[in-house]
Amino acid sequence: MAKLTGIEIYKHLPKTNCGDCNFPTCMAFAMQVAAKKVGLEQCPHVSAEAKAALSEAQAPPMRTVTIGAGDRALKLGGETVLFRHEEKFHHPTVIAVRVRDDLSESELVQRIEKINQLQFVRVGQLIGVNAIALEQAAQDASRFAQAVKLAAEKSPLALILSSADPQALTEALKICAERRPLLCAATKENLKEFATLAKEFKCPLAVHAATLEELAELTQQIRSLGVEDLVLHPEITGLADGLAKLTQLRRLALEKNFRAVGYPVMVSVTGSDPFLETAYVATFVCKYASLVVMDGAERSQLLPILTARQNIFTDPQVPNAVEAKLYKVGEPTPQSPVLVTTNFALTYFTVEGEVENSRVPSYIAVVDTGGLGVLNAYADDKLTAEAIVKAVKSYGVMEQVAHKKLVIPGLVAVLKGEIEDLGGWEVLVGPEEAAGIPAYLKNEWKT
Amino acid sequence: MPVAIPDVKKTWPNAINVVTLGATKEEGGTRTVKVTVGGATALPFHHFEDKMPYPPAIAMEVWDVAPQDWPDALAEHFQDVWHDPGLWAKKCVEQYGADLICLRLAGCDPVRQNRGPHEAAQAVKRVLESVGVPLIVWGTGNDDKDNEIFPAVAEAASGENCLLGTITEDNYKTLVALCTAYKHKVIAESPCDVNIAKQVNILATDMGFKPEDIVIYPTSAALGYGLEYVYSVMERARLAALRGDKMLSQPMICDIGIEVWGVKEAKASERELPEWGAQKERGPLWEATTAYVYLLAGADILILRHPKAVASVREVIKQLMGDGLT
Repeated sequence: MAKLTGIEIYKHLPKTNCGDCNFPTCMAFAMQVAAKKVGLEQCPHVSAEAKAALSEAQAPPMRTVTIGAGDRALKLGGETVLFRHEEKFHHPTVIAVRVRDDLSESELVQRIEKINQLQFVRVGQLIGVNAIALEQAAQDASRFAQAVKLAAEKSPLALILSSADPQALTEALKICAERRPLLCAATKENLKEFATLAKEFKCPLAVHAATLEELAELTQQIRSLGVEDLVLHPEITGLADGLAKLTQLRRLALEKNFRAVGYPVMVSVTGSDPFLETAYVATFVCKYASLVVMDGAERSQLLPILTARQNIFTDPQVPNAVEAKLYKVGEPTPQSPVLVTTNFALTYFTVEGEVENSRVPSYIAVVDTGGLGVLNAYADDKLTAEAIVKAVKSYGVMEQVAHKKLVIPGLVAVLKGEIEDLGGWEVLVGPEEAAGIPAYLKNEWKT
Repeated sequence: MPVAIPDVKKTWPNAINVVTLGATKEEGGTRTVKVTVGGATALPFHHFEDKMPYPPAIAMEVWDVAPQDWPDALAEHFQDVWHDPGLWAKKCVEQYGADLICLRLAGCDPVRQNRGPHEAAQAVKRVLESVGVPLIVWGTGNDDKDNEIFPAVAEAASGENCLLGTITEDNYKTLVALCTAYKHKVIAESPCDVNIAKQVNILATDMGFKPEDIVIYPTSAALGYGLEYVYSVMERARLAALRGDKMLSQPMICDIGIEVWGVKEAKASERELPEWGAQKERGPLWEATTAYVYLLAGADILILRHPKAVASVREVIKQLMGDGLT
């Protein structure tokens, strides 16, 4: 949120010191508004022009634009920092996969369904492709509309309509406008027609230009036509050029409060080589795209891309921890193993995933290590024999099993003796890496 | 009406140190090429702002003993040569275009073969006589063992201007002294913590070691396994360096292959996890993607394993340096 000083606000007040706002002077009131203690509306005499000017100045430096509708609505933009460690990145880059309308109907259906399946669960979160970008490749407007119709029917994902033909877009919008698709893209040649469409169908509009100057010029013109929900679509000629343009756009919006580019940014990449395409997508996930459109739809390619996005958009201010308690995987019985791990989310979910893979119903006793992984927690004296024994005792889990065996992480094998002395159980040393758990539980674990 | 765009370029008061590895015959070594990294006066690949005179370099990982636990996806490329670190290094340089070789003395690790200083030095010599590129030698991570083998290693590579590592907050004196005596550069390791990264550098320089002879290893994490922590630590270190912190102005090295090829997303076969797609692509792509992300945070040297990851990261560096078009 751009901050206004008391003086800047004072300039827009009536300067009568009438006291109707319950503050003795206009200046005192302005200071309170600047500190966000009271709202501007508490002054009954402030003019409409002043209100407009101040709300404009107080608007966030980058607009948040919604594409898609209902529970599938996606927020783009609204970012507040250049580097994630300064606060956090707010809205994960929307990953859209391109579908061209020059495919046969069965190919279209096949591709749309393949894209729908690009969803994975990682560390307890569902991560997936968010949108389908329909691209007009054929000349025929009805063909584009047909592809859009299929996508709208077959996919719950958000839609991006990519065409240079206003007629084709109109046909498509008649089918799916209530899904709030992103129209892609207004250029200096078609600006008026595209703005009219965006307004008529109440859809967000991407704006494409070769240079940042041209982009700024176009957004101003489009805003003057009454369209506010814009997504910047700069032309990029390579990785270096894209990084330069997106960095400058982010800095212009946040550091210069330059309104003409205060919008989320999208990048469109094409990929014959999945490695290079992944490099483009990963680069623009890290460096400032709110939406990336790509060609690749292979699971082996989307998993690393979506994981990179999940990592980069993790809130660095929130300790990545799960609740320290007793977890059950499957339906454990008195013969089931009891495994100890830490409450670092990544550690816990990795262990949980591997226990699930083993198909051996188990108890997982999670020790509160303040969100540290096994080695760090051990080094920091958070994963000690005392802490493990205390946690396991408080969960009462050893009373729920018929054996007296506790499996500890292989990395803290040194704690075995001490835990045995303190807890009175038999301590088994599990694998060092979570990946070894299935083999361990299947081959080595015995009650 | 053209719109005037405000200038957003920043001027940074400090540059990243320039570090050159390898020494030619004239310089008292036997290297046929040298590798220089660092020197940037702007954030990574921000060419619109200022210079990045040297591209990041790729080191390929070679072991002193044949690995037992490398998955088939890796083994198929190296098992014909990995009985001999010299042949292995040669393949990496000649066939896959490695800029550097990182010899990891895994066989000296007490949990593996617990090899001694003599065998470690033999492996170093074997690699040096087999390839002309500069050498990185990475120890076992076991403090006592490293202090036992590095005297022989540093001597065997005397005059070659290698990069040896790692030193840590708790174990730096032996290796720093050796690098001073035999004119090598050192890798300073810290556990994903900017303050400790700085502290290790201060400890080494307090011994009279030149800050320009240090490369920072901020630890590495595989994609999906804490990558974001390392990414932000690297960004913070690089920003601090450009703003003037001399004790963080060193180039950074990322040890990627060893991290990535330990995680399931790279290792697991399709038979195990069909929903994750083809392993042939997934494994090297997991490694390459980890590298793509660290490049943006300021990686100057990347240690990689899979030839496909190496080829792609090389191409991506070229494009990030501005030499390529889509």
